[in-house]
Amino acid sequence: MNNIIVYCEIEDGHVVDVSLELLTKGRSLANQLGCKLEALAIGHDIKGIEKQLFPYGADIVHIADDKRLAPYQTLPHTTIVVGVIRDEQPQIALFGATSVGRDLAPRVSSALHSGLTADCTSLEIGEHTENKTGKEYKNLLYQIRPAFGGNIIATIINPDHRPQMATVREGVMKKEIYKVDHAGEVRNVDIAKYLKDEDFVIAFLDRQIEKRKIDIKNSSIIVAGGYGVGSKENFNLLFQLAEVLGGEVGASRAAVDAGFAEHARQVGQTGVTVRPKLYIACGISGQIQHTAGMDQSAMIISINNDPNAPINALADYAIVGEIGEVVPKMIKYYKQNSK
Amino acid sequence: MTKKGFKIVVLAKQVPDTRNVGKDAMKADGTVNRAALPAIFNPEDLNALEQALSIKDRYAGTTITILTMGPGRAAEVIREGMYRGADDGVLLTDRKFAGSDTLATSYAISLAVKKLNPDIVIAGRQAIDGDTAQVGPQVAEKMNLPQVTYAEEILAVDKGKAVIKRRLERGFEVVSCPMPLVITVNASAPECRSRNAKFVMKFKHAKTVTELQESTSDYMELQNRAYLRIPEWGVADISADDKELGLSGSPTKVKKIENVVFQAKEAKRLTAADTDIESLMKELISNHTIG
Repeated sequence: MNNIIVYCEIEDGHVVDVSLELLTKGRSLANQLGCKLEALAIGHDIKGIEKQLFPYGADIVHIADDKRLAPYQTLPHTTIVVGVIRDEQPQIALFGATSVGRDLAPRVSSALHSGLTADCTSLEIGEHTENKTGKEYKNLLYQIRPAFGGNIIATIINPDHRPQMATVREGVMKKEIYKVDHAGEVRNVDIAKYLKDEDFVIAFLDRQIEKRKIDIKNSSIIVAGGYGVGSKENFNLLFQLAEVLGGEVGASRAAVDAGFAEHARQVGQTGVTVRPKLYIACGISGQIQHTAGMDQSAMIISINNDPNAPINALADYAIVGEIGEVVPKMIKYYKQNSK
Repeated sequence: MTKKGFKIVVLAKQVPDTRNVGKDAMKADGTVNRAALPAIFNPEDLNALEQALSIKDRYAGTTITILTMGPGRAAEVIREGMYRGADDGVLLTDRKFAGSDTLATSYAISLAVKKLNPDIVIAGRQAIDGDTAQVGPQVAEKMNLPQVTYAEEILAVDKGKAVIKRRLERGFEVVSCPMPLVITVNASAPECRSRNAKFVMKFKHAKTVTELQESTSDYMELQNRAYLRIPEWGVADISADDKELGLSGSPTKVKKIENVVFQAKEAKRLTAADTDIESLMKELISNHTIG
């Protein structure tokens, strides 16, 4: 039986969240298909990394450990991923839609002549019948993603090519421990078998990575602004509301593009996906591009001067009014009524 | 021996402006009305063009060719590039390309790039109609060239290597990579300069053969001036294998397209009146959503 493989990104000795989210998803797909879940970890000084991967359901962990393999560079990682996939013949290969995964996965898919779907928001198993030939396919991976600026939702399949490849952004899938004591097998990748000297063409002249600063993903309250907020100055109102409520400020792509907020605050298909307890959407019209990243929020309040804004269809409370009027009142009445 | 300047190919795509979807963008049957969306130069491809132009500014003798794949009207992208400082362009167009996914598209583009034989290929990171960011890396793989993605600035091109600053999620890195190579440019890179009136005058009559046959303007002028001729390359010109193109060359298939319909849920409607806001905040506090 062909398995599912997840490429695991490692940062300072820790497997990043998106990879653990993919393992969680991969585990449930593997259970559905009756196959095993494999993880592939490539880096330096990552002995013992399997301990972080087994609890999320990995049955087999491939480890490629070499000082030349960190920080990430395209060619050596591609060579190893392609080599392992050729040897293991997985039916599905999953990558995080990060600057690493989005650099690596397309290169791998081209080398394997295998289809890849970027930034999936949902992965399911399903069937397919080819219209022309009547040929039936079972247990295909449905790769579901918004397309065309988020105005349509497309289900993509790869009927005849393996592995079926997909990237998924951080926060889209849930991260959940499968079994604390789930155990599996470690396989050390014989990197000499795959790597060539020509793979190491990149020289790092400088590299500065900051620790995570803005972290809207783990905030239980998010006050988000869209293009309708109107200006960077008006965004200050949202920061004030977020501060009194103990939350973070999020933004739509349009607001980020307009320079009202930093990209790290962007919620949606090309930003982060959030599931807060409370999401207050200010001046956000509600394009699927955005709502794909917040529609799982437990409670949604929309503030918009357009009573027909699409976001209102998702909202629990739809306040029709101006941001500049409503937000200060929310701050005022929160302060008056909380202890 | 150092040669004079560099040969750069900029990959550009004409895309529907999905960022400005108006009320008439959806047809009555719920499908996307492409005709109602203006066709634009893909934004990150303009960032890519600016990086190419900045190399041309610094290294005399550098030439820039815009390569675009699409229907006949995509020649607009080539002219737009020339108005801003590109030297020429090639339109890759053939009915057999229709239905290509990113892999089949990359195959065709890689063959055209090989024919142009550049030192540097620069493309936008991704196109706004698909947001896949796949074509750049896939073209690089098909040509067996190294790639540098998420580029924010090409700092130098010297001694057979390009030095590039990459923008990552929470920081940056500066790498050096031997040429030839493929670079994809991020939206955080400098914006593209605007049109230059001199170039607009020079290239406004630049046309593809197809455009020329359809137009009624001066035919002779174009015959005399080679720089006004935009070549159109089809499958035969790049010696492509039909099986690798279009639907047959595309591993991915679209099984289903759904138009986005919001599921109706009863929202409580409120106004900006003090009573409405106060009772809402009280409710949120009492049910422990906040506070």
